[in-house]
Formats: sequence, structure tokens, C-alpha cells
Amino acid sequence: MSTPSAAQRFVRGILPENPVYRQMLGLCATLAVTNNLKSAVTMGAAVLFVLVCANLMVSLIRHWLTPHLRIVIFTLTIATFVTVADRLLAAFLYPMSKALGPYIPLIIVNCIIICRCEVCAAKQGPLTAVADALGQSLGFALALVSLAAVREILGTGMWFGFRVLPAAWPDWVIMVLPPGAFLTFGLLLGLANWISARRGGKEEA
Amino acid sequence: MKTSGMKNKDNDKTAAANAGFGPALTEVASSPHLVESGRTTRRMMIDVLLALVPVAGAAVYFFRWPAVRQMAICLAACLAAEALFALMRRHRPPLADGSAAVTALILALSLPVTAPWYTAVIGSVAAIGVGKALFGGLGMNLFNPAMVGRAFVMISFAGALGAAGYQDPGSSIDVMTQATPLTAFQQSGVSAGLADLFLGRTNGSLGETSALACLIGGLFLCIRRSAAWRIPAAMLAAAGIIALLDTGLGVEGWTAAHHLFSGAMLFGAFFIATDPVSSPLTPLGQIIYGAGIGALVMVIRLFSGYPEGVMFAVLLMNALTPLINRWTIPTPFGGQ
Repeated sequence: MSTPSAAQRFVRGILPENPVYRQMLGLCATLAVTNNLKSAVTMGAAVLFVLVCANLMVSLIRHWLTPHLRIVIFTLTIATFVTVADRLLAAFLYPMSKALGPYIPLIIVNCIIICRCEVCAAKQGPLTAVADALGQSLGFALALVSLAAVREILGTGMWFGFRVLPAAWPDWVIMVLPPGAFLTFGLLLGLANWISARRGGKEEA
Repeated sequence: MKTSGMKNKDNDKTAAANAGFGPALTEVASSPHLVESGRTTRRMMIDVLLALVPVAGAAVYFFRWPAVRQMAICLAACLAAEALFALMRRHRPPLADGSAAVTALILALSLPVTAPWYTAVIGSVAAIGVGKALFGGLGMNLFNPAMVGRAFVMISFAGALGAAGYQDPGSSIDVMTQATPLTAFQQSGVSAGLADLFLGRTNGSLGETSALACLIGGLFLCIRRSAAWRIPAAMLAAAGIIALLDTGLGVEGWTAAHHLFSGAMLFGAFFIATDPVSSPLTPLGQIIYGAGIGALVMVIRLFSGYPEGVMFAVLLMNALTPLINRWTIPTPFGGQ
């Protein structure tokens, strides 16, 4: 099995190995922050920052990693960058930091990041690791935005806080509540599976 | 001796039949020895539709034209959704089995008459789509489809469908200017007359106001065995006992009978809780399930912010149905 190149890593993360729709990772954050597009985009950006930094750092130190200590090193590396992201948000986007609550600090335990450190960064060079991080976090952001777009417009008639549908639109409050997250995610996941089945599963495995 | 001779002869004949020498006169069908009972889905659903006639009649009598409109919208939307989801799966739309029509009517009768048209449409699509089609269609659904639809719109449009949504001060229909009896009692301690509750001269969801109509339809269903009588019996018994414990001989004129005749208690007991797909199969299980719903309804009425809790009680017990079925598997004859 040949190791994927940087370009392959980047492309795979977006759709074929989308962290949410194909790998089903990081679902806690996915369900929790997607009731509007603003927080979904902020979350996507925070994960992008943390994942790129963590992957780059882990890739640079990959030759010194010992098997029994690597998970601890991954976690400490990720925690460092999560703290940076969390403090940056609190400093420059305070209302958003309040709105996202614990979900920014919780990026530390987001499986997507530790998974990428283990699968790619610990084995491949910095360039591939960064390409992989970019692809995966774009895939994650895409999933967040797709969920949030459906939930925000049905739940409030708005996108990014701007009214899109006429004011007479009756808000489907359930869509911005947790049940709406599960319903929307289930339906979009079904749609994603249906599309890939129609394409004959060419990109399976 | 004689019997053994017969047996041998029979065996010979069967053997001959199996070998293709002639028809076997004594061939025994393998078990179970079922006789066609005519108890098809279609017959049960037609029974439910017949049982809903007095309830729908009372709704039209008390709420007039808007009640007809509400039922028509739900019927059209449910049948369209059923056809749409069947076609998406490349199945022939199973409209003739009547289950979508039953879901539509129960949903329509569980909504307030003031509900805007889109709540009926969205509720219908959620009932058939999320409540039934997503689980694989009729017979596979975990939850009562009509209640899934109602919960969906109830949470989405709390303003239009919550307690305040029932009241329309400008209405020309007298009962619609009042709060529902349960809301009036919960918020201001005003008790309704028992006769009004029994006949249906009160505000409320379309089908729930007349206890008499629900009883007539419900007893018909139980006698026809299209509904398991144990479920409403256990539900009403449990709710009645808790109501008695709570009110004693009546607090501010609100007695256990008020609890049983008000809100969706009777409509829920006979028409919602008895959905054959989402309720337990075993006799003991049906009693546990019914009693659980009755108890939950009373807990929600007495201790929560909601004036009424039949919908949530049924959905909660639906979730327990597989577990109840597993707990109460009866011992077969001769089993340990």
C-alpha cells in the first residue's frame, strides 16, 4: 500500500473521506454548533487552525515519537493550539466565544484531530501533513456549513443572521433545537449515502 | 393395533403422494394451523375510521367549518406524503390500506382548530416521513406517526399550538373564546362543568373535547378487537387512581372524573395509545404500557408546565415498547 501524496490527502479529506459524512467523527461538535451559520463557520475556522498547527507540529517531531507516549504527545500538542484558538476567540470575537461555550475547548477531544495526527502526521512529512489537515478541515467545515444552512433557514428564516425568507415565514423552532440537529444530520447523511450509491461507489475504500 | 394399521396406511399414502403417484388425502399442513381470520390491516384501519366518525362528528358539530377544513388538509397532506415517500422507494403507494388516512385524521383531531394550515401540512409530512417512512414504512415504526407529527409542529410552533394557541377571542364560535379546561384549571383554578366536559362543550383539540364521542368510538374499537382493550383500561385506571390520590374528593371542584373527561385522556386512550404497531403485543405488556401512559399523563399534568401530556406520555412509552415486549414474553404451554 503506497502512502498517499499531499494532493491525494488534500482531496480525500473534502469529500471521499469527509470526516463527518464518511468517517462520522467529531459529531458532538457537529450537532451542537450547527444551529446557525455564524457559529458553524467559526467552529470550522477554529478546527482548521488547530488541525493545521497540530499536524505540522506532530509531523516535524514524528521521528522522536515513541509508540507508548505518542497519544500523550498528540493530546498535549492539540491542547496547546486549542488554548491559543480559545484565547484568540475570547479576545477578538467575545460574543461568539460566549455563544460557542465549551465547544471550542472541547476541540481537544475532537477525534478528527487525533485521528489525523495518528494516520497522517505521525507518518508523513510536513507538506503532506499540512495538505491533509487542510483537506480534512475543509471537509469538516463543509459538513458544518451544510447542516447549519438547512437548520438556520428553516429554524429562523435567516442565513448569517440576515433575513432570507419573508418575515411571514413561520420559524420551525425545532430545527435550531437538538432534535433538529439529529433529524437534519440523519437526512443529510442519507442524502450523502444515496448520492455515493448512485455514483456506483467508485470511490469506496 | 387398529391405529397402528391406520398409521401405516396413511404413511404409505403420503409416501405415494410424495412420490408423485396421486393426491394425498391425509396430508397434514405444517403448523401454525391458521384459519383466515379476515383481520387484515385494511379491516382494522376501516374500523378505526368508523370509530372516528362520532369523534369527527362531534368536532364538526362544536367547531363547525374550520374542523372540516383541518381534517381535509391533514388527509390531503398525509396521503400525498405517503404516495411521495412510497414512490421515492419505488413502491406502489399503499394508500388503500387506510393507515395514512387514520394517521391524518388522528393528527387533525389532535390539533387545535385554530392551528394555521401550514402546521397541519408540516405535521402530516413529519408524521408520515419522519414517523413512518424513515423507519421502513407501516409496521416498522417505533413511534406513533401521528404523535411524531404533532410533537414536531408542537415544538416548532409553540406559539400557535401551545396552550395560548387554542384561544381565539374574536371567534364567532363560543367555545373558542375560552381557554381549554385544563389550561384554565392550571392557570387560574377555574373548574369546568362535568356535563360540558362529557358532551364536549369546551375548547380543546378538535377530537378531544367530547368524552362521549370518544367513548362511543373507543368501545366500538374494543368490541371489534381492532384495539387492545387492556391498553385504554390500564391507562384510565392508572390515571384515575393517581387523580384520586391527588384530588381526593375534589379540589376546587376538580375531581378525578374531571381528569378523565378533560383533555386528550379518552381520545388518547382509545385512539392514540392503541396504535397496534407502536404498542406491546403481550397482554401483560399492554397493561404495563397502558398504565405507564396513564401515570405519565398525570405526572405531566400535575408537575410540569404543560397543561396536558398525552402526546409526550405516548411517545415515551412507545420508546419502551420493545423492552416491554421482551420482558413479558409469555411462557408457552408446557414451557418452563
